[in-house]
Amino acid sequence: MDLGGINPAVLIASLMVASVPIMLAALGELVVEKAGVLNLGVEGMMIIGAVMGFAVAVNTGSPLAGFLGGAAGGAILSLIFALLTQYLLANQVATGLALTLFGLGLSSLIGQGYVGIRPPLTGAVPLGPLADIPVVGRILFRHDWMVYGSLVMVAATWAVLKFTRIGLILRAVGENHEAAHALGYKVRRIRVLAICFGGAMAGLGGAYISLIRVPQWTDGITSGAGWIALAIVVFASWKPWRVLLGAYLFGGITVLQLNLQAAGARIPVEYLSMSPYLITILVLVIMSSGRGRIAAAAPASLGKNFHASR
Amino acid sequence: MLRLEKRASPSRAWGMATPVLAVVLTMIAGGIMFAILGKNPVEAIRTIFWDPLFNPQFASYSRPQLLVKAGPLILIAVGLSLGFRAGIWNIGAEGQYIIGAITGAAVGLAFYPMGGWFIFPLMVIAGAFGGFLWAMIPAVLRTVFRTNEILVSLLLVYVAQSLLSSMALGALRNPQGGGFPGSRNLSQYPAAANPELIAGTGMHWGVVASFIAVTFAYILLQRHMLGFSIRLAGQAPRAARFAGVSPTRLVILCLGISGALAGLAGLFEVTGPAGQISIDFASGYGFTAIIVAFLGRLNPVGILLAGLLMALTYIGGELAQFMLGLPAAAIQAFQGMLLFFLLAVDLLSNYRIRIGRAQ
Repeated sequence: MDLGGINPAVLIASLMVASVPIMLAALGELVVEKAGVLNLGVEGMMIIGAVMGFAVAVNTGSPLAGFLGGAAGGAILSLIFALLTQYLLANQVATGLALTLFGLGLSSLIGQGYVGIRPPLTGAVPLGPLADIPVVGRILFRHDWMVYGSLVMVAATWAVLKFTRIGLILRAVGENHEAAHALGYKVRRIRVLAICFGGAMAGLGGAYISLIRVPQWTDGITSGAGWIALAIVVFASWKPWRVLLGAYLFGGITVLQLNLQAAGARIPVEYLSMSPYLITILVLVIMSSGRGRIAAAAPASLGKNFHASR
Repeated sequence: MLRLEKRASPSRAWGMATPVLAVVLTMIAGGIMFAILGKNPVEAIRTIFWDPLFNPQFASYSRPQLLVKAGPLILIAVGLSLGFRAGIWNIGAEGQYIIGAITGAAVGLAFYPMGGWFIFPLMVIAGAFGGFLWAMIPAVLRTVFRTNEILVSLLLVYVAQSLLSSMALGALRNPQGGGFPGSRNLSQYPAAANPELIAGTGMHWGVVASFIAVTFAYILLQRHMLGFSIRLAGQAPRAARFAGVSPTRLVILCLGISGALAGLAGLFEVTGPAGQISIDFASGYGFTAIIVAFLGRLNPVGILLAGLLMALTYIGGELAQFMLGLPAAAIQAFQGMLLFFLLAVDLLSNYRIRIGRAQ
C-alpha cells in the first residue's frame, strides 16, 4: 500500500487521539460487564454525552465543564437502563437497544441549536522541553489532557479490579450473583453503580468526539463508535490492558483510512470508510474462534437478571 | 413494602394490556417532552394520533400513507420477532433492508429499458436473496466461529450504508442523471415499478407481502413444529437441546428468514415509495421495526397492529413538524420512549406485585 505523503509520527499521534473515545467507552462497559450486566446502549450514552458535553462547553466556555456535562449526561441515561433492568427486571439486550434508539433521537433534539458552532478549544498539555524531542515528542508529548487521562483510567481500572476489595466484590457479583447475594453483598446496588460508571465513561468518550476529535456537533456523530467499543470489550477478553490494545488497533485503522482518503488513494472513499467495521468483525471472529476461550473469559452471570427470591 | 413475586406463567390479560398501557404512558411522557419544547402537549398528541386519520383536511393524504409506512415495518418486524423469540438477536435489519434494495434494484436496472412480466418477480427474488445473504454473514459467523450475532449484524449496517452510497454514486448511478447521485427512477419504469394497487389506499405489493408474512408467521408459530422449536429455544434453551432442537439450524433459519423479509421490504420500498437508490434511501425502518416487534409482543397479529400504530406516529410526526414546528428528532425520541415503557410495564405480566413482607 502506498503510504506516500503520510508522516508516520503524525499518524501515530493522531491514532492516540482517535482511540480515546472508544477506549473510555470500552473501559466503562468492561466494568459493567464485569459486574454481570450487558448494556448494549453504549452508542446511545456516547451520543448523549457528545451532545451534552458540547452544549455545556459552548454555554460555559469551558471544555472541562463540557466533559463533566458529557459524563453526567451519559450517567443519567444509564440510570434509565439501571432502573429498567435491575428494578423492573427488563431484558437487558432489548433495554440496551432502547437506550441507543432513544439516545440517538434525544441527542439530535438537544443538538438542534448547536449545528455549525465551534466549541471552546482544548489545548495541549504544556510539557515544556519534552514536546520538542524529535519524533517522540510529536508522538507522545503534544496531546490534550484527556489522552493522558484515558491512559491513567486504563491503569486505574486494571488496578481496582485486580487488587482492591471493591474490584473483588464487583467480580464476585458478575461471576455468581446468587453466591454474592448469599454472602450479603447488595447485588443490585453494586450493579447500579457499575452501570452508572459505564454511562459516565461512555458520556466522557462521546464528549471527546464532539469537543476535540471532530470538533463540532452533527447528528449521529458517534457513527457506531459505541458498538465498536462493545466489540473491543469482547476482543479484550474483559482485560483492561487489552482494551488499550484494541482501541489503538481500531484507532489506527480509522486514522489510516482517513489519511488514505485525504492522500487520494485509488480505493473509493466508501470502501475505505467501511474498513474499520469490517476489521472489527474480522477481529471478533478471530477472537471467538479460539476454542471457546472467549466464552471462558466472560463473566459467568453476564446478561442474566437477578431477582432475590429469598 | 413492595415486593415482586414471579408468576408461574406470564399473565395473558396483562400481556394484552401492557402494550396499551405503555402507549398511554408514552403519550403522557411525550406530552411532557413536547411541553418542554414549548408546544401545547394536547394539541401535539392530537396532531400525531388523531389528525392523520380523522381531520378532513389531512386524512385524504395521510390515510394511504398509513399502509405505505406500516408495510415495511410489519414485514421486517415479523421476521425479527421469530429470532427474538428464540433468543437470536438480529439487530442489523437496516443493513439487510439496504442490501435487499440494492440487489433488487440492480436486477431491475440490468433489464432497463426492456419490458416483460417476469422482471418484477425476478427483482423480488433478488431482493429477498440479497437480504438473506447479508443476514447469513452473522449467522454463519455465529454458528461456525461462535461470534456474537448482535455485534456483527449491527456493524454490518454501517458497511451496508457505505455500500449504498457507493452504489448511488457509482455502479447504479443514472447515466442520464446529469452526474447527480442516485439511480434511475424505478417507479417510472413500468416493468419494475411497484405501484399503488388500489387507488387511494396506499396498498402496494409490499403491504400485500407483509399481510402474507403475518399469516404465515402466525401459522408457523401456532401450528408448525419449527414454530414450537423457536418458542421452546427461547423459553427453555436446555430443554430445547434435550428435545433435539439444533441451535445451528435455528440460528440459520431465524436470521435467514428475517434477512429475507427485510430484503423484501427494501425492494418494495425502492421500487415504490422511494423510487430509486439514493444516498439517503436508508430511513431507519430496520431499527424502528425492533420497537414494532416488541410493541406487538413478538406476536404476528400484535405486530400487525403495532406496525400500524408506529406508522401513525411517523405520519403524525410529519404533520406535527409541518403544523406545529415540532422537530423531527422529537418523534424519534418519542418512539424510543415507547420501547422503554413497554419493557418497564412488561414486569406486570411476568411478576405479581405484593404489598408487605415475605412470609
